[in-house]
Amino acid sequence: MNFDYTLFIPEFMLGGLAALVVALDLFMPQLRKSWLPYVAATGLAITAGVSLAWVNKQTNFAGIVSIDNYTTYFRVFFMLIAAVVCLASGRLVEDQLRHPGEYFGIIILSTIGAIGMAAARELMTAYLSLELLSFSLYILVSFAKFDARSNEAGLKYLLLGAFSSAMFLYGLSLIYGVTGSTYYGDIASALSRGTHDFSFALLMALVLIIAGLGFKVAAVPFHMWTPDAYEGAPIAITAYLSTTSKAAGFALLLRLFGGAFQVVHDDWSWMIAGVAAASMILGNLVALQQHNIKRLMAYSSIGQIGYLLMGVAGLSHNTASALVLHLTGYMVTNLALFVVIIAWYNLTGKEEIVDFRGMRERAPLLAGALAGALFSLAGLPLFAGFVTKFILFQAATDQGYYWLAGIGVVTSVISLYYYLQVMREAFVSQPAEGERKLQVPYVMQGLTVALMAGVFYVGLYPANLFSVIDNATRFLFV
Amino acid sequence: MHSGYWLIASIGLPLIAAAVLLFVPDERHDIVRWLSAGVGAALFAISVFVFFAYELDRGGGFQFFIRWDWLQNTAFLRAHGISLAFGVDGIAAPMVLLTGIVCFGGALISWKIEHHNKDFFILFWVLVAGVYGTFESLDLFFFFFFYEVAVLPMYLLIAVWGSSSTFPTFTRTKEYSAMKLTIMLVSASILIFLGIFAVFQKAGAGTFDLQTLYAVQFDENFQKAVFPLFVIGCGVLAGLWPFHTWSPDGHVSAPTAVSMLHAGVLMKLGAFGIIRLGIQLLPAGATFWMPGLMVLATVNVVYGAFAATAQRDFKYMIGYSSVSHMGLVLMGLATMNTIGIDGAVLQMFSHGVMTATFFAMVGSVYDQAHTRDMTLFGGLVQKMPFFVFFFGIAGLASLGLPGLSGFVAEFNVFVGTFQTYPWAAALGIFAAAITAVYILRMMSMALFGPFNERWASLKEMTYLERGTASLLLGFILFMGLWPAPFVDRISETVRLLPGVS
Repeated sequence: MNFDYTLFIPEFMLGGLAALVVALDLFMPQLRKSWLPYVAATGLAITAGVSLAWVNKQTNFAGIVSIDNYTTYFRVFFMLIAAVVCLASGRLVEDQLRHPGEYFGIIILSTIGAIGMAAARELMTAYLSLELLSFSLYILVSFAKFDARSNEAGLKYLLLGAFSSAMFLYGLSLIYGVTGSTYYGDIASALSRGTHDFSFALLMALVLIIAGLGFKVAAVPFHMWTPDAYEGAPIAITAYLSTTSKAAGFALLLRLFGGAFQVVHDDWSWMIAGVAAASMILGNLVALQQHNIKRLMAYSSIGQIGYLLMGVAGLSHNTASALVLHLTGYMVTNLALFVVIIAWYNLTGKEEIVDFRGMRERAPLLAGALAGALFSLAGLPLFAGFVTKFILFQAATDQGYYWLAGIGVVTSVISLYYYLQVMREAFVSQPAEGERKLQVPYVMQGLTVALMAGVFYVGLYPANLFSVIDNATRFLFV
Repeated sequence: MHSGYWLIASIGLPLIAAAVLLFVPDERHDIVRWLSAGVGAALFAISVFVFFAYELDRGGGFQFFIRWDWLQNTAFLRAHGISLAFGVDGIAAPMVLLTGIVCFGGALISWKIEHHNKDFFILFWVLVAGVYGTFESLDLFFFFFFYEVAVLPMYLLIAVWGSSSTFPTFTRTKEYSAMKLTIMLVSASILIFLGIFAVFQKAGAGTFDLQTLYAVQFDENFQKAVFPLFVIGCGVLAGLWPFHTWSPDGHVSAPTAVSMLHAGVLMKLGAFGIIRLGIQLLPAGATFWMPGLMVLATVNVVYGAFAATAQRDFKYMIGYSSVSHMGLVLMGLATMNTIGIDGAVLQMFSHGVMTATFFAMVGSVYDQAHTRDMTLFGGLVQKMPFFVFFFGIAGLASLGLPGLSGFVAEFNVFVGTFQTYPWAAALGIFAAAITAVYILRMMSMALFGPFNERWASLKEMTYLERGTASLLLGFILFMGLWPAPFVDRISETVRLLPGVS
């Protein structure tokens, strides 16, 4: 048993950072509001740098947490997402929050949960990490205390989330009953010896686990909370919900299904495939009807989850690499888009799609980034979405899922329709009388440019990133 | 210097131009114009060079070949998995030349755009890069990549800078046309996407390299199953009946330069895709399905011609005439014999320059008159002799007058078709006669005849427009009077196509 606590240095640092942010808010109120996002983001970036020390090391803590390239990749990934969200929250914090320290502290703590989900190789650890992330999110969604929508969203999210956690936990207990272990490796070897009389219990367990995680990543038919939570949450938290929360769900799914359940692949792949197909179709079709940008993004993300689940259905090393590549591209694109939406909301106070009219005239940089991000989400070339979707669909096809790839391509075209509607408002519709050019804050400009550079990087030269990911996902199947 | 850098330049230059334009201040229209004109001229020069430097005594294979590995030996990809592989053969060379001519002409004709001309040219150059990339790519992934790049800017180009058309009973808005065009073309590419997956998977070589895939013998049933995906997928862009409906609406609503590029070059991407992906990759499938394509192509030719006679709007007439002429291209391809396919490629070039001339001319009149209803005009020759001269010559090329490009192309197509499907050739020639009807009717109605005083204020074309038109017209005459440089290049390569008799 290896009890090397130094493996958790990045997590300790995050814990310290969270405490520091709260303390700064308490004891140095004169600098708190405008400085805290930068303190939080800098801390996160430094910690991300520190976690690079474990590149190409493969070790574990008592068999429950594995520190390998996969964990390192997601450590860096989640910390950078959190840093972007903190920076983008600046205005929200100044306008609406009395104690911003808590807000940033909770974001940082939730990152620890997300990292735990990627690193865990034991069921209870995975569950606790998931709960750490979920509880943080419940609070964050309802953070705008005086906004009824935010309260409603938080309550809905809490109730459904608790329900799904219970299902997930019940599934885990059944797995323990069938295999006699909570360690992924032991579960895999127990399952490979055959489940004999327990095949129904195993099936139940898989159904419950998929349902529980399905809630967390918002896959159809477990998606009902998504539009309300997205709409009600403060807009920066909507961005956080649609990135870290989803990505952590997939990090856990891959680790769990690759490490523990790959030997009984045939027992669950059809369920995931069905959920994937339903998500792609329903998410993209319902998105056609939306007129609020947050709800549109909610349904669009449900559709995107369907594409990602395609990679889980045909799980193999290749599809896992393709999935994480698409996940990365999608997250960068999504953040870019949300930064644009946040900046626009901060300046105009509006979040309906028709309120995007005249963006080209009033904020050209935002409009350009909006167009690029939407094209990327629709899967058009030059941007990340084309390459990553192409590789993901091809990987699914290689596993025999032609029909899923087919649905994926068709629904991508449907998604183009509603993305173009947003673009039409921004570029074709002219601003109303008296609506002048807007001055976008430099932070938001910088974030937009940096994230769009990321979108182009993934879209135009993904070779290095893809080989890093391919190297990371190797550790899923040990 | 490696000759492949010319191809890299033809794709890279417009992309770099688009990137540079991003940093030009909004109000500096002059910088945008001069920069774009310069890029257009450079691309024209590169294209002319590539066309003439294509060596005839090397057997019609790929020349200017260059390969940069992009993604390989990762996941399911093996050596040369996805590479930036470029090259031109005797079919691609005239297409590259065509792109050079039309994009230079388009850049010049867009000189007068005032509304956000920076945005316009950014999208325009992205479009051009996509077109070059598709003609030159020898990698299945990048073929599709550039194909989509060429479709991507269309929505904004039409919806922002286009024009709506009003009919007696309804209005066809530019947003509608733009959305229709984009959705139809992207939907069609679903089929190409699926075809590519199937081919990659079936070949099992772990690479999208086209030359490697050409060497694979796919079994016959697979070819029969996948060939329609490529032909219908690419055919939509080529205006294949019954999937042509985006084309008249889209071309009418688009701004002049975009109509030129779209009807002149982009539709050729579809026909080119049928050769590259259909005939070259899946010859047995092609042999099996070509009679079906011949039927659809014949409908295209005849239906397009009849629909054109019914139009009062200049641009709709040209739009339907494009459907008819693209039908001739498809007809030539469907013959699967050398002379027919030669004719098809010639027709691609000929229709490209001709239709670009048409749209440039209509644009110059529409900008002044703000209507395109040909019944309202009359005797334009008295006010605009240059306009009538250029328009007239393009019209005569369109109806296949000897000495102009249309004749050479249509002659080859019809000879090829007569050898294989005489009934289709007969209908095609009948449609050519209909073409004469609507072209001559349009001329007598709008260009000649009594002068309508309402248009007394119309001015002659600007010098820039005359220059553009002369450039295009030069190539119509060049191909009509001395087709050898085209025919030599095309037939060298067509002879090598698998399954062609």
